[in-house]
Amino acid sequence: MPDIQPYLILSATLFVIGAAGVVARRNAIIVFMSIELMLNSVNLSLVAFSAQLGDVTGQILVFFVMTVAAAEAAIGLAIVIALFRRKQTLNLDEINILKW
Amino acid sequence: MTLESVIFSVLAASAVGSALLVVTRRNPVMSALYLIVNFFCLAGLYLTLHAQFIAIIQILVYAGAIMVLFVFVIMLLNLGDERKLSDGVSWKKIVAAGFCAALLMEFVYILIYSEPSPAVMSASMATEIGTVEYIGSQLFTKFLFPFEITSLILTAAIVGAIVLAKRKLD
Amino acid sequence: MIPFWIILLKIVVVLGVLMTAAALVTFLERRISAFIQNRIGPNRVGPQGLFQIMADLVKLVMKEDIVPTAANKTVHDIAPMISISIALCTFAVIPFGNTIELFGYQVKLIIADVNIGILFILAMTSMGVYGVSLAGWSSNNKYSLLGGLRSSAQLISYELAMGLSIIGVLMVAESLRLDQIVMHQTRYLVGWLPAWNLFVQPLGFVIFFVAAFAETNRLPFDLPEAEPELVGGYHTEYSGMKFGLFMFAEYANMITSSALITTLFLGGWHIPFSENWGVSPLVMSLLQVLAFCVKVSIVVFFFIMVRWTIPRFRYDQLMNLGWKVLLPLSIANVLGTGLAILLISS
Repeated sequence: MPDIQPYLILSATLFVIGAAGVVARRNAIIVFMSIELMLNSVNLSLVAFSAQLGDVTGQILVFFVMTVAAAEAAIGLAIVIALFRRKQTLNLDEINILKW
Repeated sequence: MTLESVIFSVLAASAVGSALLVVTRRNPVMSALYLIVNFFCLAGLYLTLHAQFIAIIQILVYAGAIMVLFVFVIMLLNLGDERKLSDGVSWKKIVAAGFCAALLMEFVYILIYSEPSPAVMSASMATEIGTVEYIGSQLFTKFLFPFEITSLILTAAIVGAIVLAKRKLD
Repeated sequence: MIPFWIILLKIVVVLGVLMTAAALVTFLERRISAFIQNRIGPNRVGPQGLFQIMADLVKLVMKEDIVPTAANKTVHDIAPMISISIALCTFAVIPFGNTIELFGYQVKLIIADVNIGILFILAMTSMGVYGVSLAGWSSNNKYSLLGGLRSSAQLISYELAMGLSIIGVLMVAESLRLDQIVMHQTRYLVGWLPAWNLFVQPLGFVIFFVAAFAETNRLPFDLPEAEPELVGGYHTEYSGMKFGLFMFAEYANMITSSALITTLFLGGWHIPFSENWGVSPLVMSLLQVLAFCVKVSIVVFFFIMVRWTIPRFRYDQLMNLGWKVLLPLSIANVLGTGLAILLISS
């Protein structure tokens, strides 16, 4: 069984890169993809823990995270399409009012 | 170096590289492509951890379904003119990068200096845990209730997506 | 333990046969379409025009590779590569025969006998959409873009029905391994009827067959490249060998789909009633490989016949068929199979 420390450090690195994308980018779709990146980094550490502890719960949690990510992608992209129809832009700084 | 560590290093390096490209590309389609590369690297890493079911599901669900949806939406909106969206290097971005670097330092510090718990299982047990049969039997017995809840979430998501994206007739 | 070079040999042989067969099918399609439309077709180059394949290949390689100025050059180059590599990859888990005695080793006639074979195939088919949609996007041409969009919507829609129709087969065979699924079909139902999934899962077979047409972008579902509406669809802006690769990927996909239909529903390499023929194991293995090839050829022939007989669907009809007919039917199939298994076992 490989040592899981490198996996956890890799997972942390990917998480931070994703977080940086969320705070620094202004394109709604790229922000969205950065969130997917963060979710995936967490999945990696869950699988690593599951491998170390010999417990399948971590992998099952990953399975649930994936279904939630799929639901989130469907809803999020529907919101993106609806926003783009209204504003003709995906710049998050310009999407700044709560109600039309 | 053993073969495992070589495989890990290559996959980890390409995962980090593609992740950096995802957040820095100007064009969303290129970002999406690098994100797919990243997902493939992660699937390979899952295989090195003997999680074969999760690895194939990673490709099937993330790369094959979620990212297709992303590419589809990017193409549908035809986000050609990217110059307007990108806002160059501003002080906000530099501060954000600084905070992220600090966060990464913290993570790495904690992970390196914490006492790792000893591995509790053998390699044969690890291969058994990741199989479709084992995960399926656990999913439909011990985790049946959360499994049913996810189907509810997915139904709600389908209805929500249709309601949101439907063009109003007014 | 089987040595590495035997695995390499298997890969080389399978790839070689697959690529030759794909080239051959392009020629066959032209001859059969000519026959159906009461024409002659290509018959000048070589015996029965068989060397037409060579002539076409030389033409495609020699042609100038034109990339539109406004295209995204990298993606434009990558898209055909994705298409062709995924079309060829899928064949890796399909068993084309039982075991064979080769150089003193018992060799399984399958490149990669993985225990998640079906999931691998589903993953690969879901990746196939990238080649087409990226080709459409990177060409920077409205017809290509529409072709790419249509194809991604179409593939996502039909993947669901395809995946669900396989579930019935998996429930019967109780395995995700493709060679296990074939093994399960070598029994007999009532003494004279082989237990092929065609007879056990007729509804699943029909759904899978229709979805396979949609997944390979063949008529009556070839909307991503419908000539009268979209010029050439996603490959309008492609020329030379890059266009050739798309063409080639289409035919390779067709052969892989046929092989998959054969494996899942038509008993794979199994020859009914061959158990009591009393031939030697080596001859039997070779006969089984031959049987697999014959079955695949019949399905490919059917693919070609359908293309030249049935008109193209309209786009809303395509979506209606996928979401409102095939998907509910495949769910009903899973339910029915489950009920049947429960009744038989209790």
